[in-house]
Amino acid sequence: MALLQISEPGESPEPHQRKLAAGIDLGTTHSLVATVRSGTAEVLADSEGRPLLPSIVRYSKDGKVVVGYDARAAQADDPANTIVSVKRFMGRGVADVARYGALPYRFTDTPGMLNIETVAGARSPVQVSAEILRVLRAQAEAALGGELFGVVVTVPAYFDDSQRQATKDAARLAGLNVLRLLNEPTAAAIAYGLDHNSEGTFAIYDLGGGTFDISILRLTRGVFEVLATNGDSALGGDDFDQAIAMHWRNQHKLVDARDTRRLLAIAREVKERLSSETAVDTYVTLSYGQKLHLQLTRAEFESMTMPLVQKTLGIARKALRDAKLEASAIDGVVLVGGATRMPQLQSAVGTFFGKPPLKDLDPDQVVALGAAIQANVLAGNRAPGDDWLLLDVIPLSLGLETMGGLAERVIPRNSTIPVARAQEFTTFKDGQTAMAIHVVQGERELVSDNRSLARFELRGIPPMVAGAARIAVTFQVDADGLLSVSAREKTTGVESSIVVKPSYGLSDDEIARMLQESFAHATDDRDARALAEQRVDAESLLGALRAALAADADLLSAPEREALDREMAALERAWSGADHRAIKSAVEKLNRTSETFAGRRMDRAVSGALAGRTLDQVARK
Amino acid sequence: MSHSTSDGSFAARSHFELLGIPARYAVDPASLERGYRDLQSRVHPDKFASATEPERRVAMQWAARANEAYRTLRHPVERARYLLGLKGFDTEEESNTSMPPDFLMQQMEWREAVEHARATSDTGELEQLRANLAQSRTDMLRMLELALDRDANFDAGCSLVRKLRFLDKLEEEIDEALQ
Repeated sequence: MALLQISEPGESPEPHQRKLAAGIDLGTTHSLVATVRSGTAEVLADSEGRPLLPSIVRYSKDGKVVVGYDARAAQADDPANTIVSVKRFMGRGVADVARYGALPYRFTDTPGMLNIETVAGARSPVQVSAEILRVLRAQAEAALGGELFGVVVTVPAYFDDSQRQATKDAARLAGLNVLRLLNEPTAAAIAYGLDHNSEGTFAIYDLGGGTFDISILRLTRGVFEVLATNGDSALGGDDFDQAIAMHWRNQHKLVDARDTRRLLAIAREVKERLSSETAVDTYVTLSYGQKLHLQLTRAEFESMTMPLVQKTLGIARKALRDAKLEASAIDGVVLVGGATRMPQLQSAVGTFFGKPPLKDLDPDQVVALGAAIQANVLAGNRAPGDDWLLLDVIPLSLGLETMGGLAERVIPRNSTIPVARAQEFTTFKDGQTAMAIHVVQGERELVSDNRSLARFELRGIPPMVAGAARIAVTFQVDADGLLSVSAREKTTGVESSIVVKPSYGLSDDEIARMLQESFAHATDDRDARALAEQRVDAESLLGALRAALAADADLLSAPEREALDREMAALERAWSGADHRAIKSAVEKLNRTSETFAGRRMDRAVSGALAGRTLDQVARK
Repeated sequence: MSHSTSDGSFAARSHFELLGIPARYAVDPASLERGYRDLQSRVHPDKFASATEPERRVAMQWAARANEAYRTLRHPVERARYLLGLKGFDTEEESNTSMPPDFLMQQMEWREAVEHARATSDTGELEQLRANLAQSRTDMLRMLELALDRDANFDAGCSLVRKLRFLDKLEEEIDEALQ
């Protein structure tokens, strides 16, 4: 007997049309992937039932790459080729990582980002992260029984543009369709807020393995609004391990890098044990075989890490100030990240906010769960009207270098994204025909104290007296928190404009090249794969356009409609061929042709809203 | 910036129209927020995450526009400056430094007080100054509402915006000194 299908409240009515979407928490120490099934978010474990994947990648001479638990087991024996905590290197140069002290890697500087020299050759942090993401992707696709349509990847809220761009590049390199980069505390707020049906103002205190974030959010029905965020993208649970390891290293005067690795591994265990025990006794086997007795009490541990805890609270204070709130105005504090299991941290946070922190959701999983919930929404798997609005912010101010090496702020930190802002500049010398534009991110007055994101030149300014040219520089930050900058001279009607991606971003060609290199080892026929991917793109574009035409065809004039039909037919023809490049170019052409239509459709949606509101107001009078 | 739409409605509508509130200085914060959320719930890129590339781009531009409108209208001084701009008045904050003599006197007194409190690290004095400034600010905002909404005296409005800009700068200095 055929049963009638009844969809779950809030779920898309046609389950067979649901798109497979996942949330990925790409963490410093662990990574995990989650999805929404039957209306509930759940972590997708590996074939052995383990939910967390250690973020560790080992490279071998024969080109073999091992990720996760097996890589972790090898880290003490092969530290130079076993990359741990690669997240700390994303979008960073060699000079940036000096602060981490003695690391067992050989770094080389390349434009934009450092490389790590391994037995398998130089690897960028983007490539290392992509290895982790590939494993998670495979894990998710095995569990869900199909290809992922898209993913939400989380990043620390305090990640700057270079770190975000690097993360997105890593996901693309792993062959993932990134629906959105989502800030980790915001993801946690989604999981927490929906789970508890909460309203009010919340602080999300997120101490991960290598990063610290604090976000202040206002939750009201249907809206998650970030009021302020702050953090330190180089402060985390790893620093607590480091403190213990350094303590022992100094105590026992050990200098070998391999010993430091071993001490760090044991320090992590001891840190975790001190959450429930008051003193720990253990042994380490040193690289030359000697056994060494190690001891630590909770009191010693707490006192040596007190400065780290205080540092996080100082950052929390700044976030509250930016949100213009007192600590007492916070209705609840949510703890996120495995490092928040430390008792001294929980009590310090509780005292600071004057209320016991909420920790009923697993602090290791809550970010991935929130990302999965958001991925499900972005994939369109919830019924219209039963989703929510997420208003996030950029963590750091964006600006330009002006005369004297000073940074001129164009978009202040904590601006709601997406955001676009233009600022006018003028020439300094008579007859000046070019202008150097240097984009920086940070809060400091001097350019040299901020992070340099990109440099480019605007050329072709007509010669004029100094100060006569009007150069509008537009900053645009999208919903992923990624910046693009364009510049244009406005006085004489002569326009020259350039769009730049900040220097850490990889171009599409570079991504394509790296993808090809990675397939060289795989059995995949890369052309077949590219063809399959382009066909999917083409189908989704054609499907979206047919739906749009069914609803709003009247917005197009007859010639416009003809042009659109022509390009759609061209894409259909390309689709049935075997040339993936031809499909790609037809997709691009159709995208350009449909731009006007997209703009008018949005105008109609907005006008509908305005008209509806006017009627509503009339009715209320 | 290139506009995405052909008929110009993207640029043609004022912030007030977009957020569905009357174009005057006094605003009801609840209506403003409702209008913003209503617009954002239609145009936000999250609603178009799996749409075509042009639709995603248009959504981003509209959402940025909505954020700009909301940011401007929520801030009392920026709202006044924007409203004056719609009426064809430029507040000339960079070029016009002329202030009435009594305000100039007041301005100098405040500056001296801030510098003195700063030099002596007198937190109590700084807090007191900030409270005084907040009071003056409230008074000026009330005058601004009368000038703009009741009297349609836009020159007076421009002058008040210039004064308020000075107050805001001074308050920032006090906040920095307090940190």
